[in-house]
Amino acid sequence: MKSLEDLKKMKEETIQAMQLKEQPEPEYRVTVGLGTCGIAAGARAVYNAFVEEVNNRKIKYVTVVGTGCAGICKNEPLVEITGADGITYTYQNLTPEKAKAVTEQHLVQKKPVEAWLLATGRSLL
Amino acid sequence: MTMCNSCQQDAEEKYAELKKVLTKYHNDPESLIVALHEAQLIFGYLPRDVQIHIAEALNVPISEVYGVVTFYSLFSTVPKGRNKITVCMGTACYVKGAGDILEALKENLKIDVGETTEDGVFTLESARCVGACSLAPVVMVNGEVHSEFTAQDIPELIRGYRAAQDPAEKRSDLH
Amino acid sequence: MGQKEYLKNQQREVLQNCGLINPENIREYIARDGYQAMGRVLTSCQPQDVIEQIKKSGLRGRGGGGFPTGRKWEYAARAVNEDKYIICNGDEGDPGAFMDRSVMEGDPHAVLEGMVIAGYAIGAHRGYIYVRAEYPVAVERMELAIKQARELGLVGKNIFSSGFDFDIEVRLGAGAFVCGEETAMLNSIAGKRGEPRPRPPFPAVAGLFHKPTVINNVETLANVGRIFLKGPEYFAGIGTEKSKGTKVFALAGKINNTGLIEVPMGVTLRSIIFDIGGGIQKGRKFKAVLIGGPSGGCIPEDHLDAPIDYDSLLKLGAMMGSGGLIVMDESDCMVDIAKFFLEFTQDESCGKCTPCRVGTKRMHEILQRITIGEGKEEDISLLKRLAEDIRKSSLCGLGQTAPNPVLSTLRFFEEEYLAHIRDKHCPAGVCSRLVRFEIIPEKCTACSICARICPVEAISGEPKKPPYFIHQGICIKCGACQAKCPFSAIAKI
Repeated sequence: MKSLEDLKKMKEETIQAMQLKEQPEPEYRVTVGLGTCGIAAGARAVYNAFVEEVNNRKIKYVTVVGTGCAGICKNEPLVEITGADGITYTYQNLTPEKAKAVTEQHLVQKKPVEAWLLATGRSLL
Repeated sequence: MTMCNSCQQDAEEKYAELKKVLTKYHNDPESLIVALHEAQLIFGYLPRDVQIHIAEALNVPISEVYGVVTFYSLFSTVPKGRNKITVCMGTACYVKGAGDILEALKENLKIDVGETTEDGVFTLESARCVGACSLAPVVMVNGEVHSEFTAQDIPELIRGYRAAQDPAEKRSDLH
Repeated sequence: MGQKEYLKNQQREVLQNCGLINPENIREYIARDGYQAMGRVLTSCQPQDVIEQIKKSGLRGRGGGGFPTGRKWEYAARAVNEDKYIICNGDEGDPGAFMDRSVMEGDPHAVLEGMVIAGYAIGAHRGYIYVRAEYPVAVERMELAIKQARELGLVGKNIFSSGFDFDIEVRLGAGAFVCGEETAMLNSIAGKRGEPRPRPPFPAVAGLFHKPTVINNVETLANVGRIFLKGPEYFAGIGTEKSKGTKVFALAGKINNTGLIEVPMGVTLRSIIFDIGGGIQKGRKFKAVLIGGPSGGCIPEDHLDAPIDYDSLLKLGAMMGSGGLIVMDESDCMVDIAKFFLEFTQDESCGKCTPCRVGTKRMHEILQRITIGEGKEEDISLLKRLAEDIRKSSLCGLGQTAPNPVLSTLRFFEEEYLAHIRDKHCPAGVCSRLVRFEIIPEKCTACSICARICPVEAISGEPKKPPYFIHQGICIKCGACQAKCPFSAIAKI
């Protein structure tokens, strides 16, 4: 990278790439809190469960990423699922088993699992 | 002390690895702490002989190497057990009963903090703060955090790790 | 608890990316305007302007003391030397604090960006991030961040074709609390024992390898990029007159919503504990909040409405510290907590100077005897005198602040000390030698379990004729009877 222009270009490109698209299928971003608190509460296994489940089902419209601490350590493992509509669903206290169920119900059948939700709101990203 | 063949071989491999690490830090006293970290990863602790090797490679007096090793609590001059149980004694854990957990572990394992059980399976340690305060009290086993731990969880924890001890491996440790 | 209420009273500036972006992907940081401040500074500002802007923002060090960051940079910039260094202090040793860990894990590039800007301002070309070895995840993420930034040319030679070079390296601690003290850290980075040395000379003049060095805390550096992005006026518009911006706090202890929060300077502790923190666990009563770790103090109910800033906390005998807040309820004994901290500083004292090495040991011994019922009336004045001597004559910050927890608990909870000394009673029921076990007659069924379990045969009674009775003179207060009673008929008083 040689100049501020290059940086701005990369910014635009990344924003484009991160934009969740509606077509051909609505995309999702699954964000698993992988700070020390999250990891201590079992977030790595939850992350792996999402990746595995998405791969096994050959789902192409879901990106699973790790993130840092959201601050609500008490409710870890925390997982946020953001859809192409810009709405974020925050799940709390997930386990690998629950992660599989969330994949099935939220990401495949498009029905968020109300019982495990901590909050819902517009994406901050 | 005489060593059986497999241990002799094991030791040679470790020293070969150490030698490789130390070439990076040749005549570089500023890298002493980094070198000690890496050596401890290889050997599990820092015996006198390893300290001498490091002193020579980095061109630091052995007395200084020993001074640094004994200054920092993460360096050890005695071998550790195969499983390291660390009780977090940070303030958040302390107010939530970490002291009682430590006492119960001492009683269960019949060792004091910093010691290793006779069979070499467990070393008991206490930590300042592992930064998982919101999950207090926490106990770490080999770096894995067990959150909201209680003294009642101890027997199961110990049983689990003892059961995981492969009997064949146990035999090879006997000299 | 909904996320909304938890976030409602917060203002996320430093933590704006934590929990949102993938810290292992530099592009996500760039998508959130990352490295733009650095780019602008390097291509269109003079180093002196950079320092002026930081001064204008009013940023003060987030590691504890609250020294103005702009002034620190200015001293180092003025020093004439080919080699200068920037050190990021990530040795977050205060037990109960995990703010810096979260920033390093969740937004590592914000720290790097701050370091490059600081380096440009003072004319340094090399930076070190000193991270405690107890934070393996933070170490891993910082190292990956440096690698990615180097690959894109955002760290290294001729950044943004400006002719400015700056490279960064991670250095690991090895488990010594004293290394959070800046001169001790300098020794540790150089591969030596982490013993402090007298100041002056200050690190800004003679620091790492005796070259001018600026040491800033993780959170301080994470604020820098944002100050340039949004302007120093924006930053100076947050907070109080003398403490600008926001502060990240770690909430732990007996509080409902444990976690990490960020609030503007000047909010009250009451708002943090009861609005954001959701109050005390199990419906118990608030007793005190510890702030500033082993160097800080406790703040009781009466002072919860004081605004949090550097100066008002000092007035209360506590300090901002790095921002760990540990909440305690009525079941915590303040003498025991003071003893806990003294044990900590005693253990972590490097041993170089006598007041700290021996003084904290004597203080710990006195507290020890108070908690086992052997305290004397004059112990309180002795503690105060020792505290004053240690504070005045210790070499470094660790020793100088070591007596704070004792002074602070004595200031607000002297009657609790007196109960231990005069009445041989621990009101919170923590100090095991100073409690009494008694059988609650209404609950006792005379099942005789307690009498059989008692190791010293201190409990007597007739089977099936409640209640049983504990002979206080014989009881060794082991608590076995209470633990075993199936009817919760034994009380600890």
